[in-house]
Amino acid sequence: MKLGRVFGTVVSTNKLESLEGLKLLLVQPLDEKGAEAGAAIVAFDVARAGEGDLVFFEAGKEAAQANPNGWFNPADAAIIGIVDSVNVAEGVRKAGAR
Amino acid sequence: MIIAQVVGTVVSTEKHPQYRGYKILVVQPIDPLGKPSKGSFLALDGVQAGVGDRVLVVDEGGSARSVLGDERLVTVRTVACGIVDRIDVENKK
Repeated sequence: MKLGRVFGTVVSTNKLESLEGLKLLLVQPLDEKGAEAGAAIVAFDVARAGEGDLVFFEAGKEAAQANPNGWFNPADAAIIGIVDSVNVAEGVRKAGAR
Repeated sequence: MIIAQVVGTVVSTEKHPQYRGYKILVVQPIDPLGKPSKGSFLALDGVQAGVGDRVLVVDEGGSARSVLGDERLVTVRTVACGIVDRIDVENKK
């Protein structure tokens, strides 16, 4: 799992049937201090996240099984949860603070 | 498995139902001598670890489910599965 910030949405009309109804979001992976870590990815959303939210996402085959409405989706990243706060040694960082 | 240092925790209310009830740790990989590497990731807690602990982390779904003792957790992949007491390394010169 990794932390990330949602910074956009992806709209796709012609796609696999099993991806119907799933929101696709652009996610920038972050480290624990909020600094960018790696290239942006597209992940589908099961946590009702939106633009600007700090989230955590799962990658790999486990992400493909994260959709509660179906048992398998051809996806390699899924947003699992919305972060309320990150508590690190330097102090508590609320999700809203960029 | 990865040796990592627990540097923090994450609080999340709105999340996938399979993740309810588990503590989420922010872990930073370290080398055997304790030097932290760049970057960090998140792991579920399977061993009651806390901030400052050095832990063993598995990053594989089947092992993660076995550590947490619940085969239904199909979306879980990264879990802290041990607290490191000590690391002995030979002096490499």
